[in-house]
Amino acid sequence: MLNSNIPSGPIEQKWTNHKFDSKLINPANKRKFKVIVVGSGLAGGAAASTLAELGYQVSCFCYQDSPRRAHSIAAQGGINAAKNYRNDGDSIQRLFYDTVKGGDFRSREANVYRLAEVSNAIIDQATAQGVPFAREYGGLLDNRSFGGAQVSRTFYARGQTGQQLLIGVYQALEKEIGRGGVTMHTRSEMLDLVTVEGHAKGIIVRDMVTGEITSHAADAVILATGGYGNAFFLSTNAMGCNVMAAYRAHKRGACFANPCYTQIHPTCIPVSGDYQSKLTLMSESLRNDGRIWVPKNADDCKKNPSDIPEADRDYYLERKYPSFGNLAPRDIASRAAKEACDDGRGVGPSGLGVYLDFHDATQRLGQETISARYGNLFQMYGKITGEDPYQTPMRIYPAVHYTMGGLWVDYNLMSNVPGLHVLGEANFSDHGANRLGASALMQGLADGYFVIPATIAPYLASQTPGSVTTEHAEFKKVEEEVRERVGRLININGKRTVDSFHRELGHLLWDKCGMARDKAGLEEALDRIPGIREEFWENVRIPGSGNNVNAELEKAGRVADFLEFAELLCHDAHDRKESCGGHFRTEYQFTEKSPEVKAGKTQPGEAKRDDKNFSYVAAWEFKGVGKKPKLHKEPLEYEAVKQTIRSYA
Amino acid sequence: MANLNLTLKVWRQLNAEDHGRIETYEARDISDEASFLEMLDIVNERILEDGGEPIHFDHDCREGICGMCSLTINGIPHGKDRGITVCQLHMRTFKDGDIIWIEPFRSRAFPILRDLMVDRTALDRIVAAGGYIDIRTGAAQDANNLPVEKDKAEAAFEAAACIGCGACVASCKNSSAMLFVSAKAAHLNYLPQGAPEKQKRTLSMVRQMDEEGFGNCTNQYECEAVCPKEISADNIAKLNRDYALSSIKEAVS
Ligand SMILES: Cc1cc2nc3c(=O)[nH]c(=O)nc-3n(C[C@H](O)[C@H](O)[C@H](O)COP(=O)(O)OP(=O)(O)OC[C@H]3O[C@@H](n4cnc5c(N)ncnc54)[C@H](O)[C@@H]3O)c2cc1C
Ligand code: FES
Repeated sequence: MLNSNIPSGPIEQKWTNHKFDSKLINPANKRKFKVIVVGSGLAGGAAASTLAELGYQVSCFCYQDSPRRAHSIAAQGGINAAKNYRNDGDSIQRLFYDTVKGGDFRSREANVYRLAEVSNAIIDQATAQGVPFAREYGGLLDNRSFGGAQVSRTFYARGQTGQQLLIGVYQALEKEIGRGGVTMHTRSEMLDLVTVEGHAKGIIVRDMVTGEITSHAADAVILATGGYGNAFFLSTNAMGCNVMAAYRAHKRGACFANPCYTQIHPTCIPVSGDYQSKLTLMSESLRNDGRIWVPKNADDCKKNPSDIPEADRDYYLERKYPSFGNLAPRDIASRAAKEACDDGRGVGPSGLGVYLDFHDATQRLGQETISARYGNLFQMYGKITGEDPYQTPMRIYPAVHYTMGGLWVDYNLMSNVPGLHVLGEANFSDHGANRLGASALMQGLADGYFVIPATIAPYLASQTPGSVTTEHAEFKKVEEEVRERVGRLININGKRTVDSFHRELGHLLWDKCGMARDKAGLEEALDRIPGIREEFWENVRIPGSGNNVNAELEKAGRVADFLEFAELLCHDAHDRKESCGGHFRTEYQFTEKSPEVKAGKTQPGEAKRDDKNFSYVAAWEFKGVGKKPKLHKEPLEYEAVKQTIRSYA
Repeated sequence: MANLNLTLKVWRQLNAEDHGRIETYEARDISDEASFLEMLDIVNERILEDGGEPIHFDHDCREGICGMCSLTINGIPHGKDRGITVCQLHMRTFKDGDIIWIEPFRSRAFPILRDLMVDRTALDRIVAAGGYIDIRTGAAQDANNLPVEKDKAEAAFEAAACIGCGACVASCKNSSAMLFVSAKAAHLNYLPQGAPEKQKRTLSMVRQMDEEGFGNCTNQYECEAVCPKEISADNIAKLNRDYALSSIKEAVS
C-alpha cells in the first residue's frame, strides 16, 4: 500500500536524477491545471506563489483574516542552511547527518538529504525577496548556533525569523494574487476532502463570516495546514492551530504517520494558572548565551536565585552533556528539566520550572549586546511574567511545541491518496522522532518553493485537466455530510463549553502521552478518551447559528477532531515499544546495568531505541471512529548513515 | 498575586448590518496574572454558562506577532501601554474596580464583521498592488553576492517589523493608513534588492491606499504612539518624498 518512491542511485544524485526523470508539463498546458492549496504559512504560501508563477491556476485557503498571519509568523529563532559561510566545517553532508541523528534515526534518508541540498537556495530566495536577515558589519549574512549542531548554520532576523520569512512568502503570494495567478480565500476553513475514484479532487469549505458552505474542485490538492500540537490544549501553537484538515483527509483514506512523535520544547514560560490559554516559547537561541540550572538541594528551591552560591547550583545540561552543554537537543533538554523537577529541585511557585540565567553572558558581553541579540524576547518575558530577566534569571519549563508526525507522504510529497500532497509541519517526512531547532522553517520553505513545484508535475501529467467539477455527485454528497455535521453540533445544545472539553482532553494527553509515556498510562488514556468524546457529542453547548461568525462552532469542529485524533496518537505511542526522540517510553531506557552504559556510550535514563523491531514509519489507516486503526509499516533503510546510539555527551 | 473585579463596557454587533451597542459585563475574580484576552476568555466562559453568546474578537498567536488581535481599550488601539499588542497586555496593569471600554478597531476602511472583529483585507490589497520584490522562485543569486550595509539592513528591519494589525489606522482621526504603507515601502525601498521597482511600488501602493478609502495623513502621529512595533513616523516623511519624486519621474517619462 505504501510506496515511498525513493529514486534509485547514490544519495547525492537522487534529487537531481529524479527531477530529470520526472515528466514536465509544457507552459501552455500548465494554465489548464487547477491546484488547491490549503494553508498560507511558509509551506502553503511558498507553494501557492511558486505554482502560480509557473502558470498553474491556484486557489489558496486560510482560516485567518490574512495569509500573513499563518502560524509560521511566530517562529523566533532561525532557519538552518548548509552555506558554510562561517567556514566552520559545515556542508550538505553534515546538515543531512545532524538532521538524521537529531531525528534519532527515524526519518527517511533520501528526503532529509534533499532537504539539506535545497537549504541554500532558500536563503538566496528569501534574501532576494528582501527578508532582512541579520548581517555583520561587512554587509554579509550573520549566523548563530542552534541545538544539536556544532556549527553555526542558523540564519536569523532578530527574534522574528518566522515573521520575516513569512512576510517574504506573503509578498510573493500577494504579487500573484494581484496578477490573478492565485485566488485567495481568507477566513475560510476546509471542513472536508473530496475524493473521486480514489483521487483527491477538491475540498469543502466554510466561509467563517457568512457561514456559507461551498465546494471547490481542482486537479490536485495540497494540504499545508500545520501541526497538531493543540491536541494537548496548552502548547506554544497559536490558538487556531488544529488537525482538522489532515484528520479529515485521514478519514478519507490518507495514512497518518508517526503521530506519537511530538516535540516538547524545553524553554517555555511555565504555566501560571488554570485560566491559561497558551504557552509562550522562549526561543532556543537563548541557549546560545543562557545557562540552565536548578539548585543542587531541594531546600534551596524557594530561595532568591541570587542567594544561591555557584557551588550549590546544578548546571545539569553542562554536567551531563559536556560537548553540547546548554545546546543539547530539545527532547534531551526537556527530559532533563522534567527529571530535575521530579527530583524536587524545580523552582517557581509551582515547582515546575528551571532557571535560564544570563548573568555570566551579561558579564562577558555587556547588557547592550545581550539586548541586541535577545531584546524582544526579554521584553516578551517581562510582559508576561512581570519580572525583569536582566536582573533575575528567567524561569522556564518544557511545553508542547511541534509535531513531527503527520500525513504519510512519498518522496514526491504525495500521500497514499493520489493527488493529495502534504507539505510543511502537516506531513511526517523529514524530522524522524525529533526535530532540530531551525529546521521546520527550512522544511516548510523547501517543500513549498523547491520540492512540490517539481514533484507535482508527474501526478498532474497523468490527469486530464478539469475532468472533475463540483457538479460531480461526490461533491454533493460530501457537502451534505459537512452540512449535517455542522447542524448536529449546533443542535446539541448541552451544558458544557467547548473549551472545557478541550482542556480535559489536553490534560489527559499531557499526563499520559506527554514527556514520558508508559503502557499503563496509555491504556488508561485510550480507555478514557471515548468517554470524553461521547459526552462532547451529547453535552457541548454552541450558541448562535451556523450562518454567521461563530467562534464556538469553529472551535467545536476542531475539538471534535482532536477527540478522535487523540486516540490515534495514543495507539501509536502504545504500539511503539521503544523510546526514540520525542517519544519516551519509561519502560525503554538505559539503566546502570545496560552494557552500553557500562561501555561509556550513553547514560542511564537515555532513550533506548529498538532498531531491530522498530526501524519503520508507522502509517495508520482509518478504520472507523473508536476502532483501532490499521498499521502499515514503511521500513526505514539506512544506507548513507549508520544507526548508532545518539550521544551528545 | 491578587484578584480583580472589573466592569467591562463592550461593543456588541451581530454582523455588518446590525447597528451595534455597548453592553455591560461584570468581570469578577480575575487573576492579575492573566492576560487581557484570557480575561475575556473567562468572561466568555461565564456568558456561555449563562446561556448567552460570547464576545467575538480576533486573536491567534497571543504573543504579539501575528497581528490578528485588534481591540481598542479605553479609546486606544491595543491599550495605553506602549509597544505591545492587546494580547500582550496583562491584567496586572489594571486596578480593582476599573471600568474598561472595549471597542473594535474603527475605520471606514475596516467594516465590522461581528462585535470586535473587523475586515482588514484592504491592507492586503495594498501589498498586492506593489508591496513586494518581483523575484521568481529559483532565480536568486547567492545571498552573499550582494552585501548590504548593516545600518541599511537594520533600517529595513525596523520597518519590516510591522505586523499589519491596523492599529495605526484605527488611531487616526482621518483613518489614514500612511504608517502601514510607508513601513512596507521603506522595508523594500531601503534595500538594494528593492531598488529596481522602487518608483512603481511607491506609486501603486499609495494609489491603492487612496482607492480603499483610507484618509489623508495630517501629521497627527497618533499612529506612531499606538504602533505595537513602534514603527517610526519618519517612514511617512520618506514615503512622501519618494512619492513626490516618483510622480515627477512618471510625469516626465
Ligand atoms: C512559537 C514557535 C516558534 C518556532 N520557532 C521556530 C524556529 O525558530 N525555527 C524553525 O525552524 N521552526 C520554528 N517553529 C516551527 C515552525 O514555525 C512551524 O513548524 C512552521 O512554521 C509550520 O509552517 P507550515 O507552513 O507547515 O504551517 P503554518 O504556518 O502553521 O500554516 C498553517 C496554515 O494552514 C491554514 N489552515 C490550517 N487548517 C486549516 C483549515 N482547516 N482550513 C483552512 N486553512 C487551514 C492556516 O490558516 C495557515 O495558513 C516554531 C514554532 C512555534 C510554535
Ligand atoms: S493575537 Fe497575534 S498579535 Fe495578538
